[in-house]
Amino acid sequence: MNDAFIKKHSIAVHKKPSAFVKNLKKYGWYYAIGLPGLLILFTYRYLPMGGLVIAFKDYHVNKGIWGSEWVGLKWFEMLFINGDFAAAFTNTLIISMLKLLFYFPVPIILALLMNELANRYYRRVVQTIIYLPHFISWAILAGIIFTLLSPQMGILGLFGIKESPLLDGGSFRWLLVFSEVWKDSGWGTIIYLAAISSIDPSLYEAATIDGASRFQRVLYITLPCIAGTFIVLLILKMGHILNAGFNQVYMLYNPNVMNVADILDTYIFRIGISNGRFSLATAGGLFKSVIGLIMVLMTNRLAKIFDSDAGII
Amino acid sequence: MKIKKSTGERIFDTFNILFFFTFSLATFYPFWHEVCISFSDKVNALRGGIFLWPRGFNVEAYKLVLSSQYLITAFTNSLFITVLGVIISVMLGAGVAYLVSKKHLPGHKFLNMFIIISIIFNGGIIPTYLIVKGTGLVDSLWALIVLAACTPFNVVIMKNFFQNLPSSLEESALMDGASPLLIFFRIVLPLSKPVLATVSIWVAVSQWNDYMRGLIYLTDRSNYILPVLIRDIINGQSDVAGQEVMSESSTETVKAATIIIALVPILMVYPFLQKHFTKGIMLGAVKG
Repeated sequence: MNDAFIKKHSIAVHKKPSAFVKNLKKYGWYYAIGLPGLLILFTYRYLPMGGLVIAFKDYHVNKGIWGSEWVGLKWFEMLFINGDFAAAFTNTLIISMLKLLFYFPVPIILALLMNELANRYYRRVVQTIIYLPHFISWAILAGIIFTLLSPQMGILGLFGIKESPLLDGGSFRWLLVFSEVWKDSGWGTIIYLAAISSIDPSLYEAATIDGASRFQRVLYITLPCIAGTFIVLLILKMGHILNAGFNQVYMLYNPNVMNVADILDTYIFRIGISNGRFSLATAGGLFKSVIGLIMVLMTNRLAKIFDSDAGII
Repeated sequence: MKIKKSTGERIFDTFNILFFFTFSLATFYPFWHEVCISFSDKVNALRGGIFLWPRGFNVEAYKLVLSSQYLITAFTNSLFITVLGVIISVMLGAGVAYLVSKKHLPGHKFLNMFIIISIIFNGGIIPTYLIVKGTGLVDSLWALIVLAACTPFNVVIMKNFFQNLPSSLEESALMDGASPLLIFFRIVLPLSKPVLATVSIWVAVSQWNDYMRGLIYLTDRSNYILPVLIRDIINGQSDVAGQEVMSESSTETVKAATIIIALVPILMVYPFLQKHFTKGIMLGAVKG
């Protein structure tokens, strides 16, 4: 070891670099690994949050976000006076509630019944079929629904139905619920099946020895054991009540059912992207985001009461 | 221990089997109906009713669809945003996740909040559009890649996985003088294959099926992705192969053939998807 080497290093020790430099030397690589992703997050998730100011401005393309004039709450007033926005809000709530009532319990019932299928091979085949629609985009599923329900090519003629339920305001919302059941209820069973498979088998053995019937075992062991999962999922779902399913509605709706089908997301999309009214659409979006945020925070807090691991926050 | 089943149980079992038979059939039949229409001749397709088999079997519709340049372009575009989207999203996301997984780093709390806030709040479609426009990516396939390039929810999932890896391996490597970069690529990522596979599939499925972003950011026909093209064809806004064929047969059978062709790639990877999605839901769904 030569003198120069010792000298260089003794200086380094005696110099006492600042905490920042020291940390950077020690941990610099970790930040470097995360930096590209953080930059993307900042650019495409955080800068748009700043862009929300155009909800309070009269945005013009050539003036840019900052150059456009402030207009206060003009766009919000316009939204609340406008009947379409109120209608979209109501429709969103109605469609979400219908799905909550008539879609949400379906996976748990399917999972309980599926768990009683004794033949593993049969069960596997059933699962493979009913999971499939989950992986297919609404663009394709909508095409299939159009065909199936068309008066000419579809199956409705067998029941003597002449007009497509897609064009009927009375049945359209139910169609949304049913098509959601078709697409996702099979897939939704997975989480409950996982919860069921984690139940301690000795519970069932003890119950059997005590003379509990199969039905009683489901009622008094399986159901209580997965109730927690159900409640937590239900609460978290309620946090997203303003997301009634943009893709599904956008693919399936048409002018005939607009008054019952138009949801916040489709309304905002239309006025913003199709009509180019950027500020108005942003005001609508901000309104939805803020209520959505409050809902998510509340439901996460609530879910934690039932399960301390639940939720993301 | 085999317990003899009561009559009631046997009746229930039979009904249960029949129920799932019906449910599976009802789930599958719409797809089959579409297949049958796509292979039927035009006149017979329009008779409707239940299809057990194509009527007047022919492949004219497929010939027409497969000769369309638009479909091939859209297919290639979708493949491009899916493959690149997965690679970039998983690499960048894993990098952020690795940084956030180190609890002792200065700024850890801040970074954690940075991720969480971006999950629960967002600027909405218009402000995001303006930023994408500002970065010059409107009407570029890259818009759809950068928007998926770091999904905060996936970051949280990967972070949780990294934190559960045994720390002794990393520590001894550090002791031997390996840099964190080397450790990340040679130790952490190889040990995290299950979560990387799961997240890759999440990204792949959402990229392949994404419609909204394609609609917003891609207006030029040469940039169309598959779901957008399919939607156009179904709505009759586009004919499949160009203008002249519309009158001939760009009708229901051609639409059906387009839908079936778009389904094929998903069906091909479906066994793989099913396996890894099922694993993945244990990693993420309860937490998320």
